[in-house]
Amino acid sequence: MLIDFLFELRARKLPVSTHEWMALMEAMALGLHESSLDGFYQLCRTLCVKDIALYDAYDEAFLAYFKDVHVDALRLTEQLMEWLADPRALGALTEEQRKALQALDLEKLRELFEQRLKEQKGRHDGGNRWIGTGGTSPFGTGGKNPNAMRAGGGGGRSAMQVADERRFREYRRDVVLDVRQIDVALRGLRRLGREGALDELDLDETIDKTCKNAGEIEVVFRPPRRNRVKVLLLMDVGGSMDPHAELMSRLFTAASRTGRFAKFRSYYFHNCIYNAVYEDAQFRKGVPVADLLAHSDRDEKLVLVGDALMHPAELLDPGGASFMYTQNRASGHEWLRRLAAHFRSAAWLNPEPERFWSGTTIEVIASVFAMWPLTLDGLSHAVRYLVRGGERPRVGDPARWMKAMLS
Amino acid sequence: MSSDVSDPFDQFRGTASYIVSDELRHAVNVAVALARPLLVRGEPGTGKTLLAENLASALHLPLTRWHVKSTTKARDGLYVYDTVARLHDSRFGDAGDVRDIARYIKLGPLGEALSAPSRVVLLIDEIDKADLEFPNDLLHELDVMRFRIDETGREIAAAERPIVVITSNNEKELPDAFLRRCVFHYIQFPNRELMAEIVRVHHPDITDRVLDNALEVFFGLRATPRLRKKPSTSELIDWICALKKAGVDLSRVSGGIPFLGTLLKTEQDVEQVSKRAKA
Repeated sequence: MLIDFLFELRARKLPVSTHEWMALMEAMALGLHESSLDGFYQLCRTLCVKDIALYDAYDEAFLAYFKDVHVDALRLTEQLMEWLADPRALGALTEEQRKALQALDLEKLRELFEQRLKEQKGRHDGGNRWIGTGGTSPFGTGGKNPNAMRAGGGGGRSAMQVADERRFREYRRDVVLDVRQIDVALRGLRRLGREGALDELDLDETIDKTCKNAGEIEVVFRPPRRNRVKVLLLMDVGGSMDPHAELMSRLFTAASRTGRFAKFRSYYFHNCIYNAVYEDAQFRKGVPVADLLAHSDRDEKLVLVGDALMHPAELLDPGGASFMYTQNRASGHEWLRRLAAHFRSAAWLNPEPERFWSGTTIEVIASVFAMWPLTLDGLSHAVRYLVRGGERPRVGDPARWMKAMLS
Repeated sequence: MSSDVSDPFDQFRGTASYIVSDELRHAVNVAVALARPLLVRGEPGTGKTLLAENLASALHLPLTRWHVKSTTKARDGLYVYDTVARLHDSRFGDAGDVRDIARYIKLGPLGEALSAPSRVVLLIDEIDKADLEFPNDLLHELDVMRFRIDETGREIAAAERPIVVITSNNEKELPDAFLRRCVFHYIQFPNRELMAEIVRVHHPDITDRVLDNALEVFFGLRATPRLRKKPSTSELIDWICALKKAGVDLSRVSGGIPFLGTLLKTEQDVEQVSKRAKA
């Protein structure tokens, strides 16, 4: 019967091989699962799941197979968990307030929780009623109600509870990343070649030469291998990009690390690219895009980062630049196409979550540049695409969308 | 040499100075019972390397360490043929018989573990530091636990399969073929109870009140959003050590955390924390 569980795992893109499944069977024959569901949860995860990023999917599979938990329902609460993950600081409680908080029994509490969950419409911090952080409501996290029910956080010990907690969600690969992870992903962006000063011992050549000299040692040096990839980074700043500023600075930190690329340049733009990009984020030192193209080799890798979200007119109308210093004669769309045509490989990274892409200008821009979300997964796909080429991801149906927009 | 190697399961329960969670204990025992390498990952400072040391001392087995660096080659772990020394000896001829190649073969850590007369624990530390292909190059040797020294034709096979513990910092993806052969465990950051136990092992004389205060501050720091590097176990232990030496009583300190530098290692983090403290 367990074979169904194997297929449940594989259906959730967990790469469990026959090899590993056999090991699990062997371990169970040895009694290593301690004849319990908890033991099995541990054992199976230890043997079949080799990546923390997949633990969450494993938990989901485990829940789905061993209990009638509706996984979609779990997804719904994801947003709720996001509010709770970042508790607001809260003040201490006075004695009267503490007394005023009524003690509720667990059953009642759970009932109320579900009811409130249905009623509540947004994030809430502090206060005494809604589910949120801080405050004295009986629900939420980081609160002061001594009888409160905690939503999001530690607890429970049995396998079901552990799986149900989904503690490993934050390790998923489709969430945004830190400098180190970006660093690792960018390591893939390289093409090695030898150039520069002769400061590495070429052992094979030395032995060869020495043999030819009948044993008289001749030492041969060669230049070390260096990354030859050149990168041009264009970043959207300001306005709708403000919430992503921290993430952008991480990406920039990792990408601009010295010695990473043979050549690295970065410029800023606002909203969309028109006739100029800027050396500084205050948009004082402009560089005409035409000049930029003239000074860029076609084999440089163009990486654009931005949310690609704007009013359709800003993208499609000539003269539609919302940015006051710019008077564009060609539309932003046209400028983007010129950039895309110049560089042999280019990719666009979008910090906006993928589920918000459809029906916006993102679809149009994704038809010009290969676009990925700015997540660990997205970044590694983009890097692979920049180095090896391959197929571009399809995003929506921009042709239909544009027609609807223009009519 | 060890007393109960015949018992296939539950040999490892941690040691007096090393506290393990149930999950980790289970994973270790599965790896030992199935004779597969145990791959341990986790945040820095969660005691991945210490695990191998304590596993060895708990099972009374010798430990062989192999610290992998970015320049390490898989072959170096088996053996190194010191051609330069041999060339030197042949030219300046002051040391014995240069025709005996075996004198210039030096076994690496893996080679040593396989040629040991009895069972050993082999630690391959930070396997992801090396080249991407490194783990793949080890596959065969770790599978069959034997290898051949080509230069001398000598065959080395393990008398008893070593217990292999491999650590990784999650820096690089490891190859699938390699992962398939391993037992995997991710060391979770200890929760408050486990952390209290760990601190007690290192500072047995600590009072409940001091420990409580220290943990409060520590987990408060870790919960600060947007930290670049969260403080880890080893940093907590160092910090408590500093507090004790300086005789600082945490409950009486106001305005900032003393010796913050032992807990936070980047400027931005210190700034972030002091900003939140003011708010």
